[in-house]
Amino acid sequence: MIHSLFLINNAGDLFLEKHWKSVISRSVCDYFFEAREKAVEPDNVPPVIRTPHHYLINIYREKIFFVSVIQTEVPPLFVIEFLHRVAETFQDYFGECSETTIKDNVVIVYELLEEMLDNGFPLATESNILKELIRPPTILRTMVNTITGSSNVGETLPTGQLSTIPWRRAGVKYTNNEAYFDVVEEIDAILDKSGTTVFAEIQGVIDACVKLSGMPDLTLSFMNPRLLDDVSFHPCVRYKRWESERVISFIPPDGNFQLMSYHISAQNLVAIPVYVKQNISFFETGSSGRLDITVGPKQTMGKTVECLVVTVHMPKVVLSANLNATQGTYNYDPVTKILVWDIGKLNSQKLPNLKGSLSLQSGAPKPEENPSLNIDLKIQQLAISGLKVNRLDMYGEKYKPFKGVKYVTKAGKFQVRT
Amino acid sequence: MTDSKYFTTTKKGEIFELKAELNSDKKEKKKEAVKKVIASMTVGKDVSALFPDVVNCMQTDNLELKKLVYLYLMNYAKSQPDMAIMAVNTFVKDCEDPNPLIRALAVRTMGCIRVDKITEYLCEPLRKCLKDEDPYVRKTAAVCVAKLHDINAQLVEDQGFLDTLKDLISDSNPMVVANAVAALSEIAESHPNSNLLDLNPQTINKLLTALNECTEWGQIFILDCLANYTPRDDRESQSICERVTPRLSHANSAVVLSAVKVLMKFMEMLPKDLDYYGTLLKKLAPPLVTLLSAEPELQYVALRNINLIVQKRPEILKHEMKVFFVKYNDPIYVKLEKLDIMIRLASQANIAQVLAELKEYATEVDVDFVRKAVRAIGRCAIKVEQSAERCVSTLLDLIQTKVNYVVQEAIVVIKDIFRKYPNKYESVIATLCENLDSLDEPEARAAMIWIVGEYAERIDNADELLESFLEGFHDESTQVQLQLLTAIVKLFLKKPTETQELVQQVLSLATQDSDNPDLRDRGYIYWRLLSTDPVAAKEVVLAEKPLISEETDLIEPTLLEELICHIGTLASVYHKPPSAFVEGSRGVQHKRLPARAGSGESAESPDVGQSGPAEAPPAVIPSQGDLLGDLLNLDLAPPTATIPSVQPSMQMGAMDLLGGGLDSLMGDESDTLGGDIGGSPSMGAGLGAAPAAMPAALGSAPAVGGGLGDLFDLGGGVGMPTGAYVAPKTVWLPAMKAKGLEISGTFARRGGIIQMDLSLTNKAMSVMTDFAIQFNRNSFGLAPAGPLQVLTPLSPNQTIDVSLPLSTSGPVMKMEPLNNLQVAVKNNIDVFYFSCQYPLSLLFVEDGKMERQVFLATWKDIPNDNEAQFQIKDIHLNSDAASNKLQGSNIFTIAKRTVEGQDMLYQSVKLTNAIWVLAEMRIQTGNPNYTLSIKCRAPEVSQFVYQCYELVLKN
Repeated sequence: MIHSLFLINNAGDLFLEKHWKSVISRSVCDYFFEAREKAVEPDNVPPVIRTPHHYLINIYREKIFFVSVIQTEVPPLFVIEFLHRVAETFQDYFGECSETTIKDNVVIVYELLEEMLDNGFPLATESNILKELIRPPTILRTMVNTITGSSNVGETLPTGQLSTIPWRRAGVKYTNNEAYFDVVEEIDAILDKSGTTVFAEIQGVIDACVKLSGMPDLTLSFMNPRLLDDVSFHPCVRYKRWESERVISFIPPDGNFQLMSYHISAQNLVAIPVYVKQNISFFETGSSGRLDITVGPKQTMGKTVECLVVTVHMPKVVLSANLNATQGTYNYDPVTKILVWDIGKLNSQKLPNLKGSLSLQSGAPKPEENPSLNIDLKIQQLAISGLKVNRLDMYGEKYKPFKGVKYVTKAGKFQVRT
Repeated sequence: MTDSKYFTTTKKGEIFELKAELNSDKKEKKKEAVKKVIASMTVGKDVSALFPDVVNCMQTDNLELKKLVYLYLMNYAKSQPDMAIMAVNTFVKDCEDPNPLIRALAVRTMGCIRVDKITEYLCEPLRKCLKDEDPYVRKTAAVCVAKLHDINAQLVEDQGFLDTLKDLISDSNPMVVANAVAALSEIAESHPNSNLLDLNPQTINKLLTALNECTEWGQIFILDCLANYTPRDDRESQSICERVTPRLSHANSAVVLSAVKVLMKFMEMLPKDLDYYGTLLKKLAPPLVTLLSAEPELQYVALRNINLIVQKRPEILKHEMKVFFVKYNDPIYVKLEKLDIMIRLASQANIAQVLAELKEYATEVDVDFVRKAVRAIGRCAIKVEQSAERCVSTLLDLIQTKVNYVVQEAIVVIKDIFRKYPNKYESVIATLCENLDSLDEPEARAAMIWIVGEYAERIDNADELLESFLEGFHDESTQVQLQLLTAIVKLFLKKPTETQELVQQVLSLATQDSDNPDLRDRGYIYWRLLSTDPVAAKEVVLAEKPLISEETDLIEPTLLEELICHIGTLASVYHKPPSAFVEGSRGVQHKRLPARAGSGESAESPDVGQSGPAEAPPAVIPSQGDLLGDLLNLDLAPPTATIPSVQPSMQMGAMDLLGGGLDSLMGDESDTLGGDIGGSPSMGAGLGAAPAAMPAALGSAPAVGGGLGDLFDLGGGVGMPTGAYVAPKTVWLPAMKAKGLEISGTFARRGGIIQMDLSLTNKAMSVMTDFAIQFNRNSFGLAPAGPLQVLTPLSPNQTIDVSLPLSTSGPVMKMEPLNNLQVAVKNNIDVFYFSCQYPLSLLFVEDGKMERQVFLATWKDIPNDNEAQFQIKDIHLNSDAASNKLQGSNIFTIAKRTVEGQDMLYQSVKLTNAIWVLAEMRIQTGNPNYTLSIKCRAPEVSQFVYQCYELVLKN
């Protein structure tokens, strides 16, 4: 199972190590550094690295490499999933997962890691349970602890640890009982030069924030559940009822959690909310080029497209850009070679346009590769797939909760080729 | 206030100050001090000197402080074993604490202290905790057994903890079950054959129940454990699948992949015509696609596994091509994997889409990725024949971009396309030649040189082109040098007049100025070939090359099966069997997919043997492996089953069978030749072909020659009264060719039953077992009618005699000579091949006496061209005695006529395949030489019938 964990920052400093079995010398990380150097970009470090006696499985999150060491045959996905869980737990506890916060809370981090794995076997990874065992730091609690001498470690056995619903703690009590659901959809798409969709799919999630007293039993139903044929559920969801009735029935964890994720594949028609007309060309002579991009609404279902950003990865030889935007602001970073055009709200009356010239390194040959455009956008109150929640019912408790559903559509990996 | 304050130091010296604080009276100060110690420890500072002071803080009611001290202990106990003993009492006491959290914590921590002395004290508390009333303590204790096993395996076995652990599989709490399974699986890994996880339908049922209720991690352990089980029948298999399927919708991708593994393995047992089978196939696609929308690291592992799944069951994802399209910001390791799968899924239906994508990728920034994309286009051309033309034109477009590495990759793949579709796209050679100067990578240069050499007759200035490469011969890499040598020799053989100088130049460069043995040897071989026999050289060097196929990059089927059983593991990421890379000491069991029960299908892939020889596809590169595989497979089937068709033509089959012998024959010579001959494929093929005739002759010589020799030794005269003549046994397979197994034998026909009498002698040092025999197809369909009955193991120096009854209902293929029989014998060591010849009299049936009238009519009916005459010399028998003798071998005399002191015997013989042979034998009194005329509709048997006459009459 998982033997050790090393946290390494972007500069290659190893700033935390944790061993769940015997201690493994940190020199094992040299193999990682070697791979890191070879990969050039931190994103490109291969997730599984083989060394003579160990395997290093790593993830890269928030500019930190989580490098785990294993010695025997362990499912790599198991390790990777666990590492993600570690990163999420840090995020959950400290508000952000960064080198600074980890260093600031090193003892809690250590306690958490000890609680999450025993001898390499996962012990408690549900945030609900962990929070009962080790309370997250808050300024108030630290002050109270200092005065009263009490600690931030729970004294009792976390109730969820052994029940058949390990994700929920007992004795939850709220004065305002509320349950909110966010349906968030991301469009992953590739459009070709002419604007034709090469590939498009929707990744959706339903995030929940449930603050309900006692043991509520919820049922969520959809107007059009047939849209969902590829779903992954939080362990709390009763799969059998979904299979037979297409409703989501569950006893929720307390607080924030992801209820389900779904995937609507390229086979179904995925609506593309914007179109992009672009022309980026480089001249054979004169070390210059032209750029002309226009963005317009396509299938927006009558909603406004907001937070529209176009990002262009320019070839290395592009030195600067002299452009004129009819709307929003643009910025070209000559180091990373990334042009960012922040448009904001899309005005369908007057389409935003970015036009002008690019200057190239003098004497350099005309670049061979075509730059590619990435689009970012957001549409409030719309799930682009058309998914709609029908109703939410609660059983098991007597009070009347507040209920709410929000929809939002975003661009995921939305790419336009040139 | 954050923990970073613990890192601040003062001038006095950190350790000193901490020591004072640890011994403080104030609880709060103590705790802060321990926290500082832990903080130092986490960043790798050595605070072991504080050991006694920290351990002193252990006796506390404060749970946080206790936990912190435990953390410290686990880290440093190893370096301070004597001090650690001090802590033991507290642990033992804590294991009795009323609070289950403390009990669990104590047993958990104790297991982490890797000190031998402590483990002895651990046993009693652990035993109690394994039977604790609180499941939380039990599940912690279960893991503790695995920890203890890691430290002292013997102790765990002696104390009977393994049995207690097994009992926990039946625990009422699902988390306890999951942890027990996890612990047992980990322990089992170091005892591959211990059968720790003894799975039976009852335990499986318990695991499946626990599966629904335990945590996601527990589900992974249980699913991985389930995957090791082999269901009894397809119904059990289906019911397990049904209960595992809901896991496919789990949010944890590791659970999903483990579930996929179980399903992929168990669906192997389901009959394909079952509705459920189809349903299951459909259910597998969406979760796999979903894995691809996860974080890149997860995607990578998923893609490596999908690569296996696509090879095993392409139907699952055949409509999902688009999800494998590469996105601009995918990490490179994801891009490369996606590309691989795209090619695997490419088919005629989606090739246009795929090509458009690949062309797009070829203009991306990342050089590695672009190269692989160009290569992928080539692979598409080879895989989907209909797309070849489009692929070639795409590649030409890419060459026009003049981007150096794109051009080079394109040339390398075009070479492969030429080898797949010869004489189809050679028109592009001119374009390729234009780019000759820009090639600076060895592989591309070698590919270009190969093309020039191969098509030298169509390239006007081929000699100039090759000459230009020759200038810097010594600076080239070996790959290019070898290729250049072969190419120039090809050129010379095609245009001998203009290129004599060139070839001499390259041969002297290769043989005299090079210190590379491969190059030198190849040079010498060409040189001798060219100087001794240019015609042979032409045959060897310009031999037709076997076509390449797209299958070359597929994982070999048995490995694939094993890897499918290991989906989700490191083995699946590396595409290597676990035995290849898991730390040496552990033996690893090879896992196989279970065989499909029920329905008539015996194998997954459409078996050529079943579809009949007529439909046998032309094997692209027939290898010895194919035949070997066929023969081996057969051994598993009941021997009465039909013999599978040997795919290649008969000559190929003969070569394959002899291949093994060839190696050993060549073995002795290779010492004198020195170095390896190999090299270019054409060379290898050429060398293989030339000596092939020799072993064929050698192979048959001992059988026939030896048999005849024995006959002469016996001398004539002492004839057997009646009954067929049985030749003495001759050695068919010498011990030195068969790893110590010597086989001698003969054939006999007894009471209408054909028998192969074999003597198996073990001349090796070890016992031989598991004998089986199989024949290649032969002229009269001889096949074993039962298994080879060698019941007891054959110990060294023992000989065993067996009679193998033969039937004539096997598949038929004409052999050369007609009575040649190719045999494969298998034992626990290996499979051996030999060939022997049987007397045709074996096939003379008992009811071979023809009616006189029919005889006359038939004799007239058979054209005179079919008549053959033979002389049988030195026979001192009168006609009656001869007739009697022949009758014993089922050669029947129908009539006798005496004309002018000459006895004319008219005789008939019927073969097992209902061919009639008619004969007229003339015996002149006083003349020891008989004249035999044989008439038969199948004249090729006459020769062999004559041999039988001779054999029978002379004995």
